[in-house]
Amino acid sequence: MARMGTARSGGRGTRKNAATPPAAVQEESVTLSGAQRLELYYWMRLTRSLEERLVNLYRQTKVVGGLFRSLGQEADAVGSAYALERGDVLSPLIRNLGSMLVKGATPVEILKQYMAKADSPTRGRELNIHFGDTDRGFIGQISPLGDMVPVMAGVTLTFRMRNERRVGLVYVGDGATSTGAFHEGINFAAVQRCPLVVVVENNGYAYSTPTNKQTLAAQFIDKAPGYGIAAEQADGNDVIATYEATKRAVDRARRGEGVTLVELITYRRKGHAEHDNQSYVPAGEIERWERENDPIARYLARLRESGVSDETLAEIDARVIREIDEATDLAEQSGAPEALDALRGIYADPAAERPLWFREGKGTVVDAHERPEGWGTFDAPAKGAD
Amino acid sequence: MAEITYLEAIREALFEEMDRDANVFCLGEDIGAYGGAFKMTDGLLERFGEARVVDTPISEIAIVGAAAGAAHMGMRPVVEMQFIDFIANAYDMLTNYVATARYRAFLPTPMVVRGPSGGYVRGGPFHSQNPEAGFIHTPGLKVVYPSTAADAKGLMKAAIRDDDCVLFFEHKYLYRRIKGEMPAGDHVVPIGKARLAREGTDVSIITYAATVYKALEAAEQLEREDGLSVEVLDLRSLAPLDDEAIDATVRKTNRVLILHEDTRTGGIAGELTARINERCFEWLDAPVLRVTAHDVPLPYAPSLEDFVLPQTADVVLAVRRLSAY
Repeated sequence: MARMGTARSGGRGTRKNAATPPAAVQEESVTLSGAQRLELYYWMRLTRSLEERLVNLYRQTKVVGGLFRSLGQEADAVGSAYALERGDVLSPLIRNLGSMLVKGATPVEILKQYMAKADSPTRGRELNIHFGDTDRGFIGQISPLGDMVPVMAGVTLTFRMRNERRVGLVYVGDGATSTGAFHEGINFAAVQRCPLVVVVENNGYAYSTPTNKQTLAAQFIDKAPGYGIAAEQADGNDVIATYEATKRAVDRARRGEGVTLVELITYRRKGHAEHDNQSYVPAGEIERWERENDPIARYLARLRESGVSDETLAEIDARVIREIDEATDLAEQSGAPEALDALRGIYADPAAERPLWFREGKGTVVDAHERPEGWGTFDAPAKGAD
Repeated sequence: MAEITYLEAIREALFEEMDRDANVFCLGEDIGAYGGAFKMTDGLLERFGEARVVDTPISEIAIVGAAAGAAHMGMRPVVEMQFIDFIANAYDMLTNYVATARYRAFLPTPMVVRGPSGGYVRGGPFHSQNPEAGFIHTPGLKVVYPSTAADAKGLMKAAIRDDDCVLFFEHKYLYRRIKGEMPAGDHVVPIGKARLAREGTDVSIITYAATVYKALEAAEQLEREDGLSVEVLDLRSLAPLDDEAIDATVRKTNRVLILHEDTRTGGIAGELTARINERCFEWLDAPVLRVTAHDVPLPYAPSLEDFVLPQTADVVLAVRRLSAY
């Protein structure tokens, strides 16, 4: 069984929590050009800055639903997606904004999605980054976790049936590895020799549940031999290491050698969503990761070490802010969906459902959509019994 | 033209559609070399090869999920549930993923999930179920449940060609008991259209699948013994429902019995009754009655199963009650 990368051995049943940052492995890539290395920085910076903009919009109540951050995980999202080629397909998770940007999703689409605009990628039907585009090569996730593994098994089964040299990549979190869908999907893909890469992003927590309550396995790559598939493990906060481990898996899939489970070790520095106060995290853990193992800070140091000038990096930062400003202006101009659009496109045929009799002839139901006091805020004081 | 069985009619549709369209392929448990638990896919492997007749692990979630992924990529997968009872394992994948894909993500998901359904076969709790009601409740899915051999073939061809997910319930009691001639040419039965199985003027029985035959037997007996003229409407499609055909028969006879093999509470009869109440209240001369299975898991012993499931005598009793109202 191929076990490569920075695979570590661990004692059975002695799983460590993500409290300790993995030792940084500085191995030089031979495959990435200088321009590509700067591109990786651009995607990571764009991911972080776009989410920071979303936080502002969220606090201005312009984000309709919850807000999900990938702070501290930008390297694992960007580095893994960067290992794919144009015709390949990935299925992102809630902390894979960076992967989607690499695959061609645009900041204005992301902003419109969060703001539930009529011309957002899902026309206001779905939340946050739950959207896809098969032409650009990403398929939107759904909230039940693990479900995208079987779906991507089918996508890549099709590549194999058609003798296309395309590869699929599906992300799951440490939590989703506990689902039946994960098990069935990865086993199905393994048996069918699908050209699929299953990336387990081990960020230490599934909502509030630490990884040691998801599995007794010492590390997620230990699950690979049980499926008869290859494994890779990498420091998910090292964008180059992440890229290289994923690239080995992608190449293996493209060569017709089937499924690889890639474990990327990272850390979720924000809560499950913006409302989550992370009361369950041991004191000092988040701060230690921020101080010692921020993926962007680490990569910046590495770029500077290799001779990239501060001016070059500042230019990228300025470009990112400019692009986000432009996207925000554009997104804010869009309107809300027309109410009757809710009834369109459930099926190809019929093209729309009819409004129920008590809504016939009505385009809207309420005059305004203002948020009542206390609505949607999890820490709103409970109202006393009237 | 020679008659073929209900099972052979479905198989014929699979052969014809796989011949017609290279994107159609089958996947499921034991469907290849073995030809399926009921031999539905017998001969497909020899004709179309392993790439298009895929034997899978025992993984209903993965089978349905993989079919959806393949459908997104332009394939038209036909999934076999070895018994339709096992579709419960894929309930999340069908209702959360497949049914919403077009609406939330504009992802076409043309696929068929088919499987042997229904009782009267001494199959016990896990080989006799009729789980259609749970899926009719889910926007984004289509559901068909044919009773004749010709409809089985024509609806299977329509289901494979449909651009959304169609759940195709096959009644295993009818598999080899029912035969019919296949209409010549490319025989496609449109989804969403009911079939008038018997014309009548006094009482309407609205039903589908195996109980169509209970209704027809009862109608013969009632005509013979009571001089009653009973109309039988075979729904064929359960989602979407053919409201026009339902309204037409209600307005014609003014007395309605809804008959189904599925359990009573939350079954389709309740939905049909509500629709008839909303649209045809003034046309009714009697309350809408239901004959259904009792609300119990389906037991194995013949004396138990026969008691739980609707029988011809129950239908006769109900129609007499309606006509006397």
